Amino acid sequence: MALKAITANRLRDGTVVFLGANSTWVEQLADAALFEGAEADAPLAAAKAQAEGEQFGVDVYAFDVTVADGEILPVKARERIRALGPSVRTDLGKQAAA
Amino acid sequence: MNHIAPGAQAGVYRYDEIDRQFVAERVEQFRAQVARRLSGELTEEEFKPLRLMNGLYLQLHAYMLRIAVPYGVMTSKQLRKLAEIGRKYDKGYGHFTTRQNLQFNWIKLEETPEILNELAEVDMHALQTSGNCVRNVTTDQFVGAARDEIVDGRVYAEILRQWTTLHPEFTYLPRKFKIAIMGAESDRAALRTHDVGVLAKRNEAGEPGFTFYVGGGLGRSPFVGKLIREWVAEEDFVAYLEAVLRVYNQYGRRDNIYKARIKILVHELGQEKFTAEVEEEFARLRGPKYRLDPELVAEIRKRFGAPAFETLPTVSDSFEKAKAQNAAFARWVGVNVAEHKAPGYAIATISLKPAGGIPGDATSEQMELVADLAERYSFGEIRVSHAQNLVLAHVRQDDLFTVWQALEANGLGTPNAGLIGDIIACPGLDYCALANARSIPLAQDISARFADPVRQQAIGELGIKISGCINACGHHHVGHIGILGVDKKGEEFYQITVGGDPTLTTAIGDILGPAITADETVDAIEAIVEVYLATRSDGERFLDTLKRIGHGPFKERVYAAH
Amino acid sequence: MPLIKDGRIVEDGWTTVADGEAVPADRPAIISFERWQAERDGFAGRNAALGVRVKSGTLAPAIAADLDRFALIAVEFPKFRDGRGFSTARELRERYGYRGEIRAVGHVIPDQYRFLVRTGFTSVEAPECTNEASWAHALTEITVAFQPSLDETQPVSLLRRRYGA
Repeated sequence: MALKAITANRLRDGTVVFLGANSTWVEQLADAALFEGAEADAPLAAAKAQAEGEQFGVDVYAFDVTVADGEILPVKARERIRALGPSVRTDLGKQAAA
Repeated sequence: MNHIAPGAQAGVYRYDEIDRQFVAERVEQFRAQVARRLSGELTEEEFKPLRLMNGLYLQLHAYMLRIAVPYGVMTSKQLRKLAEIGRKYDKGYGHFTTRQNLQFNWIKLEETPEILNELAEVDMHALQTSGNCVRNVTTDQFVGAARDEIVDGRVYAEILRQWTTLHPEFTYLPRKFKIAIMGAESDRAALRTHDVGVLAKRNEAGEPGFTFYVGGGLGRSPFVGKLIREWVAEEDFVAYLEAVLRVYNQYGRRDNIYKARIKILVHELGQEKFTAEVEEEFARLRGPKYRLDPELVAEIRKRFGAPAFETLPTVSDSFEKAKAQNAAFARWVGVNVAEHKAPGYAIATISLKPAGGIPGDATSEQMELVADLAERYSFGEIRVSHAQNLVLAHVRQDDLFTVWQALEANGLGTPNAGLIGDIIACPGLDYCALANARSIPLAQDISARFADPVRQQAIGELGIKISGCINACGHHHVGHIGILGVDKKGEEFYQITVGGDPTLTTAIGDILGPAITADETVDAIEAIVEVYLATRSDGERFLDTLKRIGHGPFKERVYAAH
Repeated sequence: MPLIKDGRIVEDGWTTVADGEAVPADRPAIISFERWQAERDGFAGRNAALGVRVKSGTLAPAIAADLDRFALIAVEFPKFRDGRGFSTARELRERYGYRGEIRAVGHVIPDQYRFLVRTGFTSVEAPECTNEASWAHALTEITVAFQPSLDETQPVSLLRRRYGA
């Protein structure tokens, strides 16, 4: 069963956010809540309703991750780049702050 | 000295009070739209087309703002403002695009109205740089300066800019609509890859008129624009385009986003039927209401200041001497400098493609340097080319050495315009929400592999174009060598095409073979170049060799190891 | 649903009649274009005004021959992004000289109101709970136009000018 995290872009500034514990949004993937496969469906629906209803976020969706040595790693390149920043400018984005 | 007075802006359309009021109103309109979105009055579905029509996308990391550089021409003051916005609201750099615009990658929605407000201070905006409307019209980056120019396309491009601005009928088209216009012998605007490509020319009486190519486009289904009318008189210019757009708005497909471009309509109706529809509409529309009055054309032409060229000798001694004494300068001149129509002047291309660099990116400091140079040496005017470079269009030959030294000292003196290192690349998966694979790292690896300027020059004219997905923003279909990024089970792969041609002899490249990894792609380019160098006859361009010997030898070498 | 005219919510004198339901003979009624095609003879001799509702794929030429039978044409926008209706209205006015009411129905947003007016629409059916102020505002926020259009009576030059100037 694939592990999933839930993400969105914050409406007011476009920043990539992840659904963390207690249904709050966090900016680092490391703080994201993880769900086992279909267990993501209910929180995803709730997060969508909340993000859209409160004009908080757009493009809310779940994506696949794995965990290795306690670190959350997105499966797809696209999500890796969203979680870190552009691979060609490692001085920018979340990877720079980390 | 040709140092120009502050505020002078040769070759750039001068706004008047009405233009300014319009842009200011558009800023306020968007400010209200943002507020309505943040309050929930507008849904995201409703807001998205509105923000897109103000150039605002949502990309992977943040919003991206695409600022219009109308037909790729701007003033030094405008470029300075872009540099300032880059520093203040972004991360100190911007990205010049194949549509002659500038993109910032780290924009906040809530700050956008203020950014637009700042742009309006210098008569700039982000209008219709996205959305299913008529986009920023593109043209030849050497417009008004090239020796082979027959008609100055800027005036007509500006007429189109005005006519398409908030066009009440054509702002919710089936899909985006891109127009390019060119008025010189060589096609530097890739006319036939556009929804509408307009070739401006003159009849025997010297009157301007236009040849229309319609239905070109890259993307998922690439098509070469078809000639639908050989001659449209100046007074009918707008009426004819209105007819083309009305046929498209009514009959273009709206059931499938991938089939919504005009190229599909032209293809499905057939060139003949499509042309007949347009002609019928045109016959009706033609008349006083849509007549482009020569006085209006003259009025708009007047708003473009003409550079006050000095009378100079055709040959500059100091320039010839500098070339003789400095091989690097001579190489840069040989590659990046083009002939100017005025004696003693030259057109200098500033490459934004340093070996290993990000194609089209410029820092705020670099923008400011170019603005300074433009002000001092090129009548305060800068162009953006569709190859993602900048151009100083009117430099005295006497000044070229000084200009080059300044460029060289700031990483802007790469002598590779039109060569293998001058790679067109879309932002790809590093920034773009639509991409399947990264484009930039591959461009960096290839340009680093071919970093040696002597070798680049020896290889000669060879255009590599890279797109990170089938939408083809990197124009890979028309690259002499095209590279398309694809996703294979989450891994990035690249498909190579050869034989594409963006000029009037437009050709879509053919796929060479199965997609390969990024590392393999760099080696494959090397292999293609080796085959070319080994087989070319004297003065033969890559495209000509390819035509003569076919794909076989290239394919064989590239896939030999597989 | 609220009807917008001249930037304000106004009383709607028209009734939209679903296919298969009886069409009132004594007051203005809007029927579908499909019904009109099927039952046109049945409307011969009707005294009350008749309107027709056309889908976005039904273009102006399809109804051109019958324009004198309709006091209102309702042009449907299935989604606000489907802009065919702008051409339909314009052709009804410019090509066929239609003088009756042209109404935008379906999904349109206030941000399109000016375009609607400029292409010849006279009224808009807005969703329930619409913000009336947004419609009024949409008519005043931009005062410059770059093309000829149908909302101005004074002679126009081809490109730029001010509204009402």
